[in-house]
Amino acid sequence: MNPAMLGATTTRVLRQLRGDPRSIALILVVPAVLLAFIYYLFENETLPPGAPRTFDRVGLMMLAIFPFVVMFLVTSITMLRERTSGTLERLLTTPIHKADLLFGYALAFSIMAALQSLVATGVAYWIFGLNINGNPALVVLVAVINSVLGVALGLLCSAFARTEFQAVQFMPVVVIPQILLCGLFVARDQMNAVLESLSNILPLSYSVDALQEIARSASPTAAILSDVVVMAGFVVVVLALASPTLRRRTP
Amino acid sequence: MSHLAVPGSGTPPPELDVGVDVRALSVRRGKVSVLQELTFAIPTGQITGLLGPSGSGKTTLMRAIVGVQIITSGSVTVLGRRAGDPALRHEVGYVTQSPSVYQDLSVEDNVRYFAAMHGRGREAVRTALEIVGLSELAKRRAADLSGGQFSRVSLACALVGRPKLLILDEPTVGLDPVLRADLWDRFASLAAEGTTLIISSHVMEEASHCDTLLLLRESRLLAQLTPEELRRRGATDDLELAFLRLIQAGPAAVLDGAA
Repeated sequence: MNPAMLGATTTRVLRQLRGDPRSIALILVVPAVLLAFIYYLFENETLPPGAPRTFDRVGLMMLAIFPFVVMFLVTSITMLRERTSGTLERLLTTPIHKADLLFGYALAFSIMAALQSLVATGVAYWIFGLNINGNPALVVLVAVINSVLGVALGLLCSAFARTEFQAVQFMPVVVIPQILLCGLFVARDQMNAVLESLSNILPLSYSVDALQEIARSASPTAAILSDVVVMAGFVVVVLALASPTLRRRTP
Repeated sequence: MSHLAVPGSGTPPPELDVGVDVRALSVRRGKVSVLQELTFAIPTGQITGLLGPSGSGKTTLMRAIVGVQIITSGSVTVLGRRAGDPALRHEVGYVTQSPSVYQDLSVEDNVRYFAAMHGRGREAVRTALEIVGLSELAKRRAADLSGGQFSRVSLACALVGRPKLLILDEPTVGLDPVLRADLWDRFASLAAEGTTLIISSHVMEEASHCDTLLLLRESRLLAQLTPEELRRRGATDDLELAFLRLIQAGPAAVLDGAA
């Protein structure tokens, strides 16, 4: 890895994004708007005394799911463009190392994701009074790791799509099963054995676990740490899988 | 200095360093033979023109020299190393036929990014933009440029690395005659400074700017000769006509003509 090339790649990707203010606005504003929907959906629920609000549970999970979905989409399209426009092939004839490219992308989009989750978490916390025991900074951290996971999966999936239309179709394949099984709709320990074991091998499950843990305990626990480590492991594995799809020689 | 498409005959005159050495190169794509048994050598510091009808294998040959093409058999040696060797990534610049630049970046940011890959700074970016005549448009978004300007951004991205070997796939397509003449002058001065250039074209009049020509036809190397020799063999000053005559005569006649 070469810090100069990695830095140049990050700067380049951010400059590309800067040229598209509408996308930036959508990335930053849409999660906050959706959080408002969730808040007002459950505004009038009647709760037994002491039970947590649905917004505290669902809204919190959404803070992890938004950056994952958005960064997956943004990355798979951007990377697909890089592959089809010939810039990737050209780039790989230069001294750049594949890791510089992959981590350059991951870094650029995680900066965007950090901004996004700062806005979303801030809105949830200060405007809608999101009630969690743990530190909201940890929520932002989990969101950023999730976004990097989305970036990694997007990089990988872009190798299997020939057109932007196909790339978008990977969302129902890669993203929606994870949202269904991550514990948002049904707690994971109440799923049947097949679905539960499936959810055990899906990375999003671990970020939802981590967030629930953050909501429960005032100080960081070992469980949070182990969830974070597992997610980081997923990121490394997916990036390692994506690396051979950047081929310097083609038929 | 006439080298023919016969195995073993691709040795350059001894006073010149070998820039590119290709031996018995074959490339198959599925069942289609894209290149068959190409053998030739290119000296450094010269402009070599790669000419032939579309589909004759020009781009594949260039890709093989850059080292991005998976080859079936034979060998390609570039500046003393196997084509595609990591050490060559600093030395070889490649401009693809369809411009490969980031449409959503400004002209300058495109060139700056590729400059960073070669550890070059702002000065190199300015020079590269000057060479291709885009200094005035440096801040313009690449997507907003005309076709000819767009392809010059692509060229600048390769020039900025100051490669020893520059491989250009049809760099003058869509450019106006003034700019084309200008670029050929630039290529000549690059060659004079020691850069080896391989330039493909299907415009035969451009062949006159080259020191050596590689004539490709139907995936085979028809001949390696100078523009002067081509005129003589074709018995005309019109390079296009000379090429046509050579093609129509077929490979056998090319060999006879050299005997």
